[in-house]
Amino acid sequence: MTLSNSSIVDKAAEAAAKATPVPIAIRVRGLSDRAIAWLFIAPAITLLLAINIFPLLWAVYLSFTNFRANRPNAVVEGVGFRNYQRVLNDPDIWQAMQTTAHFVFWTILLQMLIGFALAYLIDRKFRGHAFWTTIVLIPMMLSPAVVGNFWRFLYEPQIGLFAYAVSFLSGIPTSQIQMLGNVSLAPWAIIIVDTWMWTPYVMLICLAGLRSIPDYIYEAAEVDRASAWRQFWSITVPMALPFIMLAVLFRGIENFKMFDMVTLLTGGGPGSVTEVASITLKREAFETWATGRSSAFAIVLFVAVFGLANIYVKALNRVKQR
Amino acid sequence: MRKITKALLGATTALTISAALPSVSQAEQLTLCWAAWDPANALVELSKDFTAKTKIDMKFEFVPWTSYADRFLNELNSHGKLCDLIIGDSQWIGGSAENGHYVKLNEFFDKEGIKMDDFVPATVVGYSEWPKNTPNYWALPAMGDVVGWTYRKDWFEKPELQKEFEEKYGWKLDAPKTYDQLKQIAEFFQNRKVDGQTVYGASIYTERGSEGITMGVTNVLYDWGFQYDNPKKPYEMEGFVNSPDAVAGLEFYKSLYDCCTPPGSSNVYMTESADAFKSGQVAMQMNFAFTWPGLYKDEKVGGDRIGFFPNPAEKAHFAQLGGQGISVVSYSDKQEQALQYIKWFAQPDVQAKWWELGGYSCLNAVVNAPGFAASQPYAQAFLDSMAIVKDFWAEPSYAPLLQAMQKRVHNYVIAGNGTAKEALDGLVKDWTETFQDDGKI
Amino acid sequence: MSSVNSAHSVVEPSLTTKRIAGAIVILYALITMVPLAWIFLTSIKSPPDSISYPPKILFSPTLEGYCNLFTTRTRQTPDYIAALPAPTSTCDEVTRKRNMVIAGPSNFLPRFVNSLVIAFGSTFLAVFLGTMAAYGFSRFKVPLADDLLFFILSTRMMPPIAVAIPIFLMYRELGLSDTALGMILLYTAVNVSLAVWLLKGFIDEIPREYEEAAMIDGYTRLQAFWKVVLPQATTGIAATAIFCLIFAWNEYAFAALLTSGSAQTAPPFIPTIIGEGGQDWPAVAAGTTIFLVPILVFTILLRKQLLRGITFGAVRK
Repeated sequence: MTLSNSSIVDKAAEAAAKATPVPIAIRVRGLSDRAIAWLFIAPAITLLLAINIFPLLWAVYLSFTNFRANRPNAVVEGVGFRNYQRVLNDPDIWQAMQTTAHFVFWTILLQMLIGFALAYLIDRKFRGHAFWTTIVLIPMMLSPAVVGNFWRFLYEPQIGLFAYAVSFLSGIPTSQIQMLGNVSLAPWAIIIVDTWMWTPYVMLICLAGLRSIPDYIYEAAEVDRASAWRQFWSITVPMALPFIMLAVLFRGIENFKMFDMVTLLTGGGPGSVTEVASITLKREAFETWATGRSSAFAIVLFVAVFGLANIYVKALNRVKQR
Repeated sequence: MRKITKALLGATTALTISAALPSVSQAEQLTLCWAAWDPANALVELSKDFTAKTKIDMKFEFVPWTSYADRFLNELNSHGKLCDLIIGDSQWIGGSAENGHYVKLNEFFDKEGIKMDDFVPATVVGYSEWPKNTPNYWALPAMGDVVGWTYRKDWFEKPELQKEFEEKYGWKLDAPKTYDQLKQIAEFFQNRKVDGQTVYGASIYTERGSEGITMGVTNVLYDWGFQYDNPKKPYEMEGFVNSPDAVAGLEFYKSLYDCCTPPGSSNVYMTESADAFKSGQVAMQMNFAFTWPGLYKDEKVGGDRIGFFPNPAEKAHFAQLGGQGISVVSYSDKQEQALQYIKWFAQPDVQAKWWELGGYSCLNAVVNAPGFAASQPYAQAFLDSMAIVKDFWAEPSYAPLLQAMQKRVHNYVIAGNGTAKEALDGLVKDWTETFQDDGKI
Repeated sequence: MSSVNSAHSVVEPSLTTKRIAGAIVILYALITMVPLAWIFLTSIKSPPDSISYPPKILFSPTLEGYCNLFTTRTRQTPDYIAALPAPTSTCDEVTRKRNMVIAGPSNFLPRFVNSLVIAFGSTFLAVFLGTMAAYGFSRFKVPLADDLLFFILSTRMMPPIAVAIPIFLMYRELGLSDTALGMILLYTAVNVSLAVWLLKGFIDEIPREYEEAAMIDGYTRLQAFWKVVLPQATTGIAATAIFCLIFAWNEYAFAALLTSGSAQTAPPFIPTIIGEGGQDWPAVAAGTTIFLVPILVFTILLRKQLLRGITFGAVRK
């Protein structure tokens, strides 16, 4: 991006060449720097405090009470750690965490493999790759809720395109391809849709990683007569690893919080087979209106993600330093 | 660049500010909230009369059944002003009365001469009263509804099928009077080719997300002897919710689901059940009575091809109550006009027209009129069904009670986890916890 | 720069490799496009066609889905319809063929407008506040800056439902339930943390010498910010804006829990479009298609900035 006024650039070059590299606090006219700093930062921080931090603290407070949002006039008592005890001892909640873990694990694995493969292929720079990259990106632009709703249509055993296509290719009768009704298939139904949506995202990050590897490293390897296979495993993968791990982190956090798509695709069913943690939380909070207990669950979830993410980021930083 | 930025800035600021301003309220307009279904469309038609008489415009907010409770309970709990009138589900009465969502109507009824005796007693208890069986009214009975069944009369009348059925089971193929008979019919039709198409036995409620499977399974459980609590000691549920009879009933519902339903029926509620019947997939379907007028008018399966029967009996004879009453939302700014609507709706001539258009009136004068049973082919089945109704908990903590049953029952019947006894034992535990939280035990 | 003699250099792939890579990627792109193509096709089918089995690829297209999307209809008897004056539009005609009459507009257009107002409003606000805060963090020594930034970013780790519980209570008290303003504030707050984080990175990349030179020239800090820094940061701002817009446009959980009528956006509304029995799939598909268009246009126009944004976020951490 070029500056609109080139005389400033000339002067900047002069000034930069002459001046010592010490930050200059110029107080010509107008507000002091300090005032500007606060003026600029304050609105964002205030908004965050009001709408992110304060509610979080309120949720912590609620988690120690028996408050129910649908009975605002009832007496509110503190119940100590009872909500946390109930949450951590509830088999249904552990089941939901397990379901979430299963979902996160498989989606990340598939998206990583397919996403990296795609990025690698796109990095071969075939003709028209920019155009096709844009096409591949489209699924991630959609609203997960609307996607979940629409894939329900595609998964219908009698009238859906998915069952028909699978039946066409494999010969299995469509009445047996009950992606949403069958207890063993339903978890795969949500994994497939999430992979369809988010593989492009992982692909982009891997692509950035691949593009960050300078050519000269490959050329040096060529000189050393390293085979393409060896180059892939000792150059490409290790140097792209930080990016892959980053993609895993982002997708992992997002899928841990997953709510929209699964709610509209399966509603958590059949039974509770696809009931991920956020759906259980929503039922507790907005259908059972057990506000105190659901706040406890929310805090537990937050601490879990925060803790895991922290550990992961430390590992990531170590990888980057290699 | 700068000009565009400035223009964009201005436009977005203007939009944001306009969003913040409260909208100018219409001159005379009421918003009525209900579920999006055939009777709602009939009500739109009917309300034109109200607008003509009072010059008050009616605006409607209809939400599909699957999100109906979610959305409107949320709305009431957030003290929203969206709805002036609400036709809330019968089970919301407890919560809405105790939490101040509805306006108490006793004074209004007395003033306008609206007598609850003029309405079918079961509907008054079910849709208006809280606490139950006390003269405290929070709604006017608006839509009578109950779970019943439809069947393909044309298939039942096929001579070859009748012959085969009688040989196999020893009685004449007709609308079943007991659940054992129903199951036999369902088995008979399961995977049979009729008119060149493979068909299935029955469509029953299995929906997980809102209230579907509960509304289905209670019909069977009531018949097998399930009770909500000890009639002599309220809230004592051990041995009544999970009695051996109740366990047998739940097992029966699962066996019906496993043997005789179409593939892909793991999340069926009213529209899916009606769809299954309309597309010619099933010989019988369980559904609320409100679907009957629409099905009777259907080109493919209506007219002579359809028959209706009330919920069959077993050891006892009950049917799950549906239906709603119309209430005034206490957060509305237009309570005066809303009450006018209720007054208009309670008029006998309006109630008669309501039945004509496809709504199920609860007024005695309408349902006890001499020509009523013959007025529509489904009228008799409706009358018979309304005589045997039983309702789910209408307690203020209705939502967690329902959620617990949805979870336990769906887990067992559809996902096949555990046994029926475990499901019902777990249900007693869940319900006990809820009532303890509530201070009822 | 590949050596002439090497049979195959990893730096410049061979033509065959390129062709194979291209073929696989194109195949993948086409397969993943099939559901989207199906959405569009469904939107121009008639309701019976859309639920026919086996799924129809050849059919006669109709605008019924779009008509149903924008209108509410009631069923009437054929005599009543025959007695009406002639239909005034295609939608009128299409509706009457099914023995129904248009009763009024549906809620789709107001919901779509809500989406526009809330998404663009919150994006603008998030980018505005974010740019200023990012500049502040970038150029000035703010106490505890790193911890502050990290904690802000970590608020994004809470599931939206969890945040919604206290916000629901808060908004109920403040009367912000079901208001566009409430939703704009909420989305802005959620987006601003990401915006600050991304934009700080972009602004860090702009050498301070430029502003300092401008200030030597007599500009105030504010003027230097406006005239020197901002133009250079346009790519970053555009990338951030796209992210914020995509989030706010597609958001469902908060919208479903905190709005019900006047401020409801399109995502909670579209899955509730039902016809006479079950979902009206052509109308839902029509709504989905229309809802997709603005985001698609934005993405294609600003794809370079989007790429820069994602990869940039990946490069710096």
